[in-house]
Amino acid sequence: MTPTLLDHGRVRLALHTLRDGDGPNLLLLHPLAESSPATVPDDVAVWPGPVHALDFTGHGQSTVPVGGGYTAELLMGDADLALAHLGPTAVLGRGLGAYIALMIAGARPDLVRGAVLDDGAGLAGGGDSPGSVYIPPPITTDGTSPDPWALTDLSRDLRPADYATAFVRLALQFSGLDNPVSVAARFRPPWITAVAAEPGVRECSVEEALAAYASV
Amino acid sequence: MRDGGGVTFPGARRPDRRYVVDSAGVGLAVGEWGDPDAPPLLLAHGGFDFVGTYDGFAPRLAEGGRRVVAWDQRGHGDSDRAALYSWAADLRDTVAVLDSLGDVGPVPLVGHSKGGGMLLEVAEALPHRVSHMVNLDGLPSSRAQPDRPDHERTRMLSGELAGWLDHRRAAAGKARRPGTIGELAARRGRMNPRLSEAWLRYLVTVGGYEDEDGWRWKIDPGLRMGGFGPWRPEWSLIRLPGLRMPFLGILAAQPEVMGWGTRPEDLEPYLPVGAEIESWADAGHFVHIEFPDRAAERVLTFLAAHP
Repeated sequence: MTPTLLDHGRVRLALHTLRDGDGPNLLLLHPLAESSPATVPDDVAVWPGPVHALDFTGHGQSTVPVGGGYTAELLMGDADLALAHLGPTAVLGRGLGAYIALMIAGARPDLVRGAVLDDGAGLAGGGDSPGSVYIPPPITTDGTSPDPWALTDLSRDLRPADYATAFVRLALQFSGLDNPVSVAARFRPPWITAVAAEPGVRECSVEEALAAYASV
Repeated sequence: MRDGGGVTFPGARRPDRRYVVDSAGVGLAVGEWGDPDAPPLLLAHGGFDFVGTYDGFAPRLAEGGRRVVAWDQRGHGDSDRAALYSWAADLRDTVAVLDSLGDVGPVPLVGHSKGGGMLLEVAEALPHRVSHMVNLDGLPSSRAQPDRPDHERTRMLSGELAGWLDHRRAAAGKARRPGTIGELAARRGRMNPRLSEAWLRYLVTVGGYEDEDGWRWKIDPGLRMGGFGPWRPEWSLIRLPGLRMPFLGILAAQPEVMGWGTRPEDLEPYLPVGAEIESWADAGHFVHIEFPDRAAERVLTFLAAHP
């Protein structure tokens, strides 16, 4: 199916509908360096409504911009463009997409009807506090996806635990959901360990989390 | 589109040479003052500023025997408007400009505000390429730093996040609001209350362009003041003790809207050996604009004292 194209600044995002129909929306956010799956993944098949998937900036069929400069906050903006198009939706993020799912759940608590955080590439980012400064030399890119700058920038961005938990608290306070965030990831970098320990966060499988959010 | 409104300011001079440096595909507009064969000095501007904000300060450094090199950060001034902006990208752009100077040996770095913070990280990453470090009111305390988008400790207010996302949703096709030179000067005056109207009018003509419906600032309308992110101001200081090149920090004691409010005692635990830190009681955040003669003289004296 032809993706829906959404303009985020100078970037054109590809939003794929993997399964159409009635019922609650589910939005999939892919790991670092991956892209939207072509079909509904097996562990998502239980979802009773439409399933959508967004290609982040520099990934899949979305624009690969020149000169890098990726931040998790910018990708949260990508996800918000999808929310603007879809309206209320549950979000399932893997790896980098899990971090973005958490952020958007806190920033748009009225639109994110449950966020599931699962394993995948780019889950840890660059850790929770600064290491040695490294300024990578220029990368030659030819516009192919995934953008090497995305791999550089988004494997180094810092994800402090208290920054992540602030988004949980916003989601809990403003979403009206008892458990706005579910952690299915087994790899536990510091930010996700802290998130899992917050009130309003449930640790469970992807299937269990989706079953709960399907009836929200 | 044309720039240059014929407005002049006493002592202000446009760069003697202008050219473009490529940073991984993003064109950076570079301006130079002074003898091209003189020893170079790299000058970094603050957030929402541009090369033209150094039109008073830089010529005075050049008269002191320096080839002064400044550039518009991506999205600012005459540089390309990029798809993406980040602190990391600004650091790479800085190194691209440094690389463009060729085999010149270690270079003095002078940065104001956000530009000062950027240069600190360049000095920490590439100390072998930095001969001196001068920071003009760009050393953080734990207080807010309004001109450091995407790179400051967040105030996690729900409304602020929603406001930022609303701005991102509308970023495609956004344009800056047009106006007369006087109107743009007055708008900027709200962020620069200590600077004269004559200077602000001059800035409009070097940092803006005139279209059929009026003047607009050149800066990318996709850029937005404020913002949030995981960065904590004190993280900008944690590696400071490791610097070994001569270090001069000038703090502005007069509080103002863009100011950082850092006091010498806030920096005490982080200062490198031999660092010179001074607080100018009569200066606001834009020390080099308020006092271009004194600021240039201080920098040149500092460089001369550490040959």
